[in-house]
Amino acid sequence: MEHFLEQVKKPDNIPIVGLIFLIIFYTVWAFKQAFANDKSEVTREMANSEKVQTWPNLVKVEFVAAIVVMLLLTVWSIAIDAPLEEPANPSKTPNPSKAPWYFLGLQELLVYFDPWIAGVVLPSIIIIGLMAIPYIDFNEKGNGYYTYKERKLAIWTFCFGFLVLWITLIISGTFLRGPGWNWFAPWNEWDTHKVVALTNVDLSELFRIRDYTTASIFGGIVTLGYFGIGTVLPLKWFGKKQPELLKTMGMVRYFTISSLYLMMFGVVIKIILRVTLNIKYIWVTPWFNI
Amino acid sequence: MFNFSKVTKSQVWESVFRHPYEDTNRNRMLQILDNVFLHLHPTKIPRYATDVGFTWGMGGITFLLFLVLTVTGVLLMFYYRPTAEFAYDDMNYLQHDVPFGLFMRNMHRWAAHLMVITVWLHMFRVFMTGSYKPPREFNWGIGVILLTLTLLLSFTGYLLPWDQLAIWAVTVGTNMARATPILGHEGPLGPELGMRADNDVRFALLGGTVVGPAALMRFYVLHVIFLPIAISVFIAVHFWRVRKDGGISGPRPSDKKK
Repeated sequence: MEHFLEQVKKPDNIPIVGLIFLIIFYTVWAFKQAFANDKSEVTREMANSEKVQTWPNLVKVEFVAAIVVMLLLTVWSIAIDAPLEEPANPSKTPNPSKAPWYFLGLQELLVYFDPWIAGVVLPSIIIIGLMAIPYIDFNEKGNGYYTYKERKLAIWTFCFGFLVLWITLIISGTFLRGPGWNWFAPWNEWDTHKVVALTNVDLSELFRIRDYTTASIFGGIVTLGYFGIGTVLPLKWFGKKQPELLKTMGMVRYFTISSLYLMMFGVVIKIILRVTLNIKYIWVTPWFNI
Repeated sequence: MFNFSKVTKSQVWESVFRHPYEDTNRNRMLQILDNVFLHLHPTKIPRYATDVGFTWGMGGITFLLFLVLTVTGVLLMFYYRPTAEFAYDDMNYLQHDVPFGLFMRNMHRWAAHLMVITVWLHMFRVFMTGSYKPPREFNWGIGVILLTLTLLLSFTGYLLPWDQLAIWAVTVGTNMARATPILGHEGPLGPELGMRADNDVRFALLGGTVVGPAALMRFYVLHVIFLPIAISVFIAVHFWRVRKDGGISGPRPSDKKK
């Protein structure tokens, strides 16, 4: 317990403690407004869309907000000092070595993926995927007001990616990873000599495939099959059940959406496979492993 | 009794303040239009855009924090030398001898952390209100670039104290670069294409094979010149597009009638 509290009380980790409360507060607030709007005929935003003078109506709000934030920052800066540790020493590696807190979700993914995926490909996909959102979300409803009813899928997807994946991984990486990047529950001591049995196996070994080439081909079939079937099956379903929707969506949109979903759920599937079946790699090749 | 109107009728006063301060709609508009900072705003906005329950104020707070970081950052630059020889000593000098030095440094660090959080919350609000939808698709993309630049600014600043926390956090972060496909010496197809520890993309980023003095100088220059200028340009575009796209939320006026 003391090591966990030590992490929580670290000056640099205070923002994350604050973030947890802020995220819960704002999520509840957003959904409260969304449900209220869904129930009434006219949304609060539409009922309040008459124009008002910026001075003083907006300027006063900005002024008060600025004062509140400056007050908070001043008190925070007086009360808590920024950390300054020993001078930089390249020959003395701390255990664990952690990136800044906002990157710890990605560092946490290093447990489940090789660095080229967790540190390079996934961040790039996140940035590109975020930028793609306005172009792949072709739902015209819910533009400019809180709503849940009119855009359930979009809201579920964003909340899953942001709240469940991004924030949870940061919390795990910050508070629950100790020496050797081993996972420690809050009540556990950080044991530097904790021995973790290396029982991880590749997916092919689970199927008793010992030959490297066969394993490589097997992994390729599984991985490419996941993406292939994951793309084609929903496409078939849409073509049969929702041809109009598919037409509005268009093929470029469909493939972008399906690959982004498949990658996001691929990350989750890999995490689950590791935690439950100790799967190390799904696909091994001489050049890269997934 | 002193006659205040003598002051307000003087040439000096009138050269500064272009219009009287009477509580009329005309003066309220001029208050916004005649002020270089406030004319970022339109003179009239929809009522919901002044509602903290709707906006959470996170975009504005992010900008305020950027200004705080600029001011405190400039003050810190007076005392800080970005060399492996002096950096850590300057930190100690700043914290123990410079009046309000520790306070400046604290505020710079906490405002930086807070800015990352407010950017995330701002994006969360924009998503939940569907404010990225037409006509604001492009501005959402600019916002994602601003998010990336915010994280890069925070990350480059993390190295500057040149203590154990700084060097190892940045080592962990930049080690990812060597796994870059094709461009990193431990990434897929990197070695096959002739990437080594001393010529790959991580080497270019650090100016060496380890986080050393060259990396400190690079991160410093990125942190105090390159990234602030880049983010300022994108902030300008972001604000400009908010105005041009018809405010912070809602469909195009022409689409509303449908």
